Amino acid sequence: MMILKILKYQLRDAMRSKWIILHTLFFFLITDSLFRFTGEGDQVITSMMNVVLLVIPLFSIVLGVMYLYNSREYIELLLCQPVKRDHLFWGLYGGISIPMVLSFTLGVIIPFIMHNGLAWQPLQLAIMLIVTGVLLTVVFVAIACFLALTFEDKITGLGIALAICLFFTVIYDGLILLFIYGLADYPLQQPVIIISMLNPIDLGRIILLLNIDVSALMGFTGAVFQRFFGSALGQLTSISAMLMWVAIPCWLGRRAFLKKDF
Amino acid sequence: MIHIEKLTKCFGQMKALDCLDLSIKKGQVTAILGPNGAGKTTLIKSILGLVKPDQGIIKVKGEKVNGNCNYREDIGYMPQLVRYPENLSVNEILDMIKDLRGRPNDIDLELQEQFSLDKELKKPFRHLSGGNKQKMSAVLAFMFYPEIMFLDEPTAGLDPISSSILKDKIQKEKVRHTTTILTSHIMSEVQELADRIIYLIDGKIHFDSTVKSLMGETNEPTLERAIASLIKGIAA
Repeated sequence: MMILKILKYQLRDAMRSKWIILHTLFFFLITDSLFRFTGEGDQVITSMMNVVLLVIPLFSIVLGVMYLYNSREYIELLLCQPVKRDHLFWGLYGGISIPMVLSFTLGVIIPFIMHNGLAWQPLQLAIMLIVTGVLLTVVFVAIACFLALTFEDKITGLGIALAICLFFTVIYDGLILLFIYGLADYPLQQPVIIISMLNPIDLGRIILLLNIDVSALMGFTGAVFQRFFGSALGQLTSISAMLMWVAIPCWLGRRAFLKKDF
Repeated sequence: MIHIEKLTKCFGQMKALDCLDLSIKKGQVTAILGPNGAGKTTLIKSILGLVKPDQGIIKVKGEKVNGNCNYREDIGYMPQLVRYPENLSVNEILDMIKDLRGRPNDIDLELQEQFSLDKELKKPFRHLSGGNKQKMSAVLAFMFYPEIMFLDEPTAGLDPISSSILKDKIQKEKVRHTTTILTSHIMSEVQELADRIIYLIDGKIHFDSTVKSLMGETNEPTLERAIASLIKGIAA
């Protein structure tokens, strides 16, 4: 009950926030212009995939961290009311992730409907794109909560947030490549699958690629992924791994919030 | 009303509160004074549950403060710094707090009327001037007829008229037997409002006395002088 009350006002605040409006506009313009330039649902989805994988983690973590650091006095005010810290944590987490999820979803869906993209496009792909975007948003907002509540200093928190983003989007893939290259003589299928699960962005990419059926382009590991993740068990595993990526930072963030001094 | 035993809180190496004992009776106005960084705000925030103490016991109305939140129903708090969600209007923020307290009707709007905040109610919070933000914070603190009131430098940033309205309100609350705890650097204000003075230095109580006896002992014309001579006396 209390969580819903907090959420209600959080959402009202967020809906008028210029950042959330920009976030919606960004996805709207990108999707719309991709439709205008390529004209086909297939290609739009493939290009959107890269946008989602690169931009959503960055936006979610930066906006989440900034919001929490800027809301410190507001959180204090709420904590002086008869509100449990636990409830306030979930209210804040929901209050950041729900507007981000809605704004992303709207920004992608509206151009799709406008350009009649649903008519020639297998619907499943579009849905998977949105599901992946939503999952990545909640994962990175959760990481943002953990960082902003653990590190007292705004600059430190923001710096670590950017570093984590960079690590998962760029550095991690390089490390995997190095690993595969260096140990090319050994059977690597299983280790590579496990390593990919440790990166939420890789997980998102896998979920998407398997649905687009271009995993052949991923070469050797692609085939491994296809074999493993293509199965129902594989899909289930990758989605659960993604949910673990929501649960663990949330748990850590909540623990930090319950102990924190304001 | 409030009972504190051996309260200790460290921030890193610095001891903000050092084994502090304190009891505050119902209906008293207590001023917590001391130099910057003496631990005044930390003390208030510990009682409110915003800061989690390292050691010690805090009891409010006989009940231990330990992660529970219901005791805050009877508490009003006016913080030093005010910043609420930027995009909500003043009205929406008031509604939100009423909603969270679950008491939409039984409220005290006297301050809101006296401050004539009506024009400001529809504005987004970010467009309010510093003084008006402060006034709104005062309205929120007094709104629910609190039994215990914390005021952290309440008149800093207020114009003289608003400042006297607020002081009158604090006096009026005393008739209702509200326990008030305030911090301030303006000694004339403390002299006017407080019954009891607690002087903190480095997280310890340096002296604890009533305004009357303090003035009597030191024979100084104002509270400011009295405290200054007392501090000098102790130091020498």
